Amino acid sequence: MEILTNLINGMSLGSVYAIIALGYTMVYGIAKMLNFAHGDVIMVGAYICFCAISYLGLPAIAGVILSVVGCTVLGIVVERLAYKPLRDAPSLNVLITAIGVSYFLQNAALLIMGSDPKSFSSIISLPALRLFDGQLVISATTVLTIVVCVVIMVALTLFTTKTKMGKAMRACSEDRGAATLMGINVNSTISMVFAIGSGLAAIAGVLLCSAYPTLMPTTGSMPGIKAFTAAVLGGIGSIPGAALGGVLLGIIEIFARAYIGTQLADAVVFAVLIVMLLIKPAGLLGKNVSEKV
Amino acid sequence: MSLLHIENLNVSYGAIRAVKGISFDVEEGEIVTLIGANGAGKTTTLNTIAGLLKPTAYSQVTFEGKSLLGIPAHKIVGHGIALCPEGRRVFTGMSVQDNLEMGAFTRDDAEAGETIEFVFEHFPRLKERRNQLAGTLSGGEQQMLAMGRALMSKPRLLMLDEPSMGLAPILVQEIFDIIQALHDQGTTILLVEQNAQMALSIADRAYVLETGKISMEGPARELLADERVKKAYLGG
Repeated sequence: MEILTNLINGMSLGSVYAIIALGYTMVYGIAKMLNFAHGDVIMVGAYICFCAISYLGLPAIAGVILSVVGCTVLGIVVERLAYKPLRDAPSLNVLITAIGVSYFLQNAALLIMGSDPKSFSSIISLPALRLFDGQLVISATTVLTIVVCVVIMVALTLFTTKTKMGKAMRACSEDRGAATLMGINVNSTISMVFAIGSGLAAIAGVLLCSAYPTLMPTTGSMPGIKAFTAAVLGGIGSIPGAALGGVLLGIIEIFARAYIGTQLADAVVFAVLIVMLLIKPAGLLGKNVSEKV
Repeated sequence: MSLLHIENLNVSYGAIRAVKGISFDVEEGEIVTLIGANGAGKTTTLNTIAGLLKPTAYSQVTFEGKSLLGIPAHKIVGHGIALCPEGRRVFTGMSVQDNLEMGAFTRDDAEAGETIEFVFEHFPRLKERRNQLAGTLSGGEQQMLAMGRALMSKPRLLMLDEPSMGLAPILVQEIFDIIQALHDQGTTILLVEQNAQMALSIADRAYVLETGKISMEGPARELLADERVKKAYLGG
């Protein structure tokens, strides 16, 4: 039973990583940049939800919606102000800018919310699931996290394969010049991807803080880096890769925590990344498409 | 009034002037070809018309009497100009069908449905492979897809950049037969080619580009017989 419990908890944590990794991988796929501020959007999302519920007294669902809307707007604004002017700049400049945005968001949160940790009360007030005569207890947060992740994956897959905008997004990520020739506005497509990624980050933030209720200005940075690891593990740029990488990483982390040691869990997670990069640098589902000429 | 009128077109890459003040026209229903060696400025000219590059001051690009300068690149296709780019640049990770749908991005789906039948008529092989990923097509099929995709916007002017590049002679002949067929149905075509022999044999008029300038122009038949053209571009 212990293994099963760990597996389910791992899948739940992995689902949060997967949702965050989606933001990384979609932005990378289309804008060819690593948005290292992505993790901090999670934190902003969690704070918005926290404030809405604790200070404004809004119901949980309103807090989540407010959080998604706030982060979507934040994503668009950050892209417009910080990244769009650097569209044709060397990638290193964009990377450093992203790290700058990350520090900016963390310190803005520190200034506004203070440095003392806030206790995030779970938005989910459903009873835990008891199976096998109470031998296996799964919290509602765990179940809901996995369900939300699956729903998001299915919705995104449908969006990118069935809708015109989704296909245009894939076209942009393959060849911006050719996409422009088709009449696709690359700039507004990139904006849209930032909006989707940041909205998802808000959901991830709320789910993460529902499971691990300590909310601080640095709350987003570690999950952000782990989700980035997950995206690389699955093959950066690939949406199913992000899902697979995220879930795997979550399971590895929880198992490492249970059987190797809490202190070493993070080291194990990053060791997996290093091994992956040595064996298959493109990631599990990453592809090196050979082009015909 | 010409369909496309280019006057004193100048395009630079930083300090390098790739196109130095060329002027030419394309009339409705014509096939006009720009021929020339590598680096003559042919692709630069097409990319500038498509809006991907910005010309320097005093250049004029007029389509149906309206200036195209200052129009963002993604809006050019909506004005009726489609470019089938050099190297095909099909979306390799997407199916043939999706590639064609992207070609009709600016149009509504019902109209695009009619055009896709028109494209399949000319490229039956694309119809057979409509659910296959574009990256798995052969070079010739990818060229057909790139041309079909450009046609999906139902352009008034179709610009083709090196459609014969890297293809076996039999496929080159097939591609040019299709260009001829499109022309016979009234499509106006601006063709850029290194294969001068093929280009001159189907074009109505031709311009010869040399290091960013037009060195010769005239009816394609006359250029085909011209000694200087023969020597420089036709290998004899």
